[in-house]
Amino acid sequence: MESMAIADRLRAEFPEEILQSYTNQGQVAVIVRPGRIVALLRWLRDTDGVRMDHLRSLCGVDNLRRKDSESSRFEVVYNLYSIPLRHAIRVRASVGDKDPVIDSVAGLWAGADWLERETYDLFGIRFNNHPDLRRVLLPDDWVGYPLRKDYPLKGKGEWIGMTELLAKVKELDRFDFDPERHERGRTAPSQEDEQ
Amino acid sequence: MSRPVTKHLEIPAADGDGERYSLRMGPQHPATHGVLRVDLELDGETIVTCTPQVGYLHRGIEKLAENKTYAQSLILTDRLDYIAAMANNVGYCVAVERLLSISVPLRAKYIRTMVAEMSRICSHLLWLATHALDIGAMTVFLYCFREREILLDLFEELCGARLTFSYPRIGGVRQDVTAGFIAELQRFLDIFPARIEEYETLIDTNRIWLKRTVGIGRVTGGEALSLGLTGACLRGSGIDYDIRKHQPYDAYDLVDFEVPLGNDGDIYARYRCRMEELHQSARIIQQCIDRLPPGPIVGPDTPDLVMPNKAPARFQAETAAYGTGLVKLIRDQNLYLAGDVYVATEAPKGELGFYFVSDGNNRPYRMHIRSPSFIHIGALAAIAKGEMIADLIANIGSLDVVLGESDR
Repeated sequence: MESMAIADRLRAEFPEEILQSYTNQGQVAVIVRPGRIVALLRWLRDTDGVRMDHLRSLCGVDNLRRKDSESSRFEVVYNLYSIPLRHAIRVRASVGDKDPVIDSVAGLWAGADWLERETYDLFGIRFNNHPDLRRVLLPDDWVGYPLRKDYPLKGKGEWIGMTELLAKVKELDRFDFDPERHERGRTAPSQEDEQ
Repeated sequence: MSRPVTKHLEIPAADGDGERYSLRMGPQHPATHGVLRVDLELDGETIVTCTPQVGYLHRGIEKLAENKTYAQSLILTDRLDYIAAMANNVGYCVAVERLLSISVPLRAKYIRTMVAEMSRICSHLLWLATHALDIGAMTVFLYCFREREILLDLFEELCGARLTFSYPRIGGVRQDVTAGFIAELQRFLDIFPARIEEYETLIDTNRIWLKRTVGIGRVTGGEALSLGLTGACLRGSGIDYDIRKHQPYDAYDLVDFEVPLGNDGDIYARYRCRMEELHQSARIIQQCIDRLPPGPIVGPDTPDLVMPNKAPARFQAETAAYGTGLVKLIRDQNLYLAGDVYVATEAPKGELGFYFVSDGNNRPYRMHIRSPSFIHIGALAAIAKGEMIADLIANIGSLDVVLGESDR
């Protein structure tokens, strides 16, 4: 089936949810409300003739610096593909401007678990009902969400764990090889010398 | 932050009942193929839970790319899967070309197909070498490196680099192949099929190899899809998904090749898939050599030019000012098409996808990299659960992960 026809069927099925659908470079995308995202993606996955069984990617987008954006500040973008039927669709969920949150789809695709953790890690978008929502790429005590557009490229100061790490390195330094104490030719005074 | 700080240097305490205990494997473990840490909870030698921890190699490539022009970001992709950098370069270029509607001349398409397949052979050889070494077959390691060395020498002749190539360009390739290069490559193709058989005689029916791989790390087709596995890991479970066939890019729709499939979804099935892929890659390279058409190697619309005089008019002022041809960073001007695309290519490790959002500027507004290694490591917990700890090593090797790509 043509991807645009799928978008039309989706609109008929979820008239309240679909905000917009468009085509760019031959790829069809729909912008949706976040409320019923799990039901919507399950419909795309399980309906005959649609069968989007492969979640190709899941990522966040921050529209803060875009002037032409039709969506809210934060988006979660799902790229879906049907392996048996060879068609694709992109679902962009607008998840709001402040405190973005959306339901997790880890129950539909087990692989979404880590992709959602990554999105949480880098954008601070929270996923309801996620089995294990922790940071994945950055340390657990990292402050801020680096891929947000208001996060500076060079970061905001040093990682707070760095002080602890340097202290540990300094502590372990005392086990290091010290050439002063092991100089060649300078043997420890033997008992005979002392006598 | 309310979350507890991970104590990296603390030895995890035992559970207390004397049977279950935790073990921290990595990040400096030789069999984790990079800086992967796996926190294990074990019952005897059986894995109860397995929690992979990544991020040691995180360099913020996606954030960096948002602050560089499309051409400048190309070199960042070398640092993803550094074992098959050419495949990343090609994937990146194909995606940007689709985003910005840039056409590529036929000769460049064939050359890119050729080098991408050479890269695939390199990657699979390194995979086989280290995977076999992990399981205990020492000899295969040296055999594989012998052939990989020939290919690295060829790459060096082609573009001067052995690992981080940046040879493809948006809209083509950097420089043309020479007759000497083609002749050397032909010599490699003449010996390579016999060399594959050599590896196969060493391990294909080896009793120890079979004991370590058959029936281990089994993933059904449905599970593999749900976990998001791609590449040989998905095809080993019997699902026919190869992006080179499904959504052909470059010259893949102009060459003949088959997509090898496995049935059992175990480590042995994935091993057989990759061995067959070596044959198919050699076949594709042979066809590229035979059919390589004459013509230009870079398209007229490329934003990234080594030759300023051939730049499109809208870039000429910038290219002249900058000499090297890298187009200057121009803010707040609509140079390119706005919009978003997701374009995937079949990298040696699986589906390497780039999701671009463009706002018309000459930098990507957002670049997301769908890296197969990240998703495969995420799937490790489900695959290794309930198996023996020794098989975890085999499973990591079989999923074929590289941490540079996973952590980005």
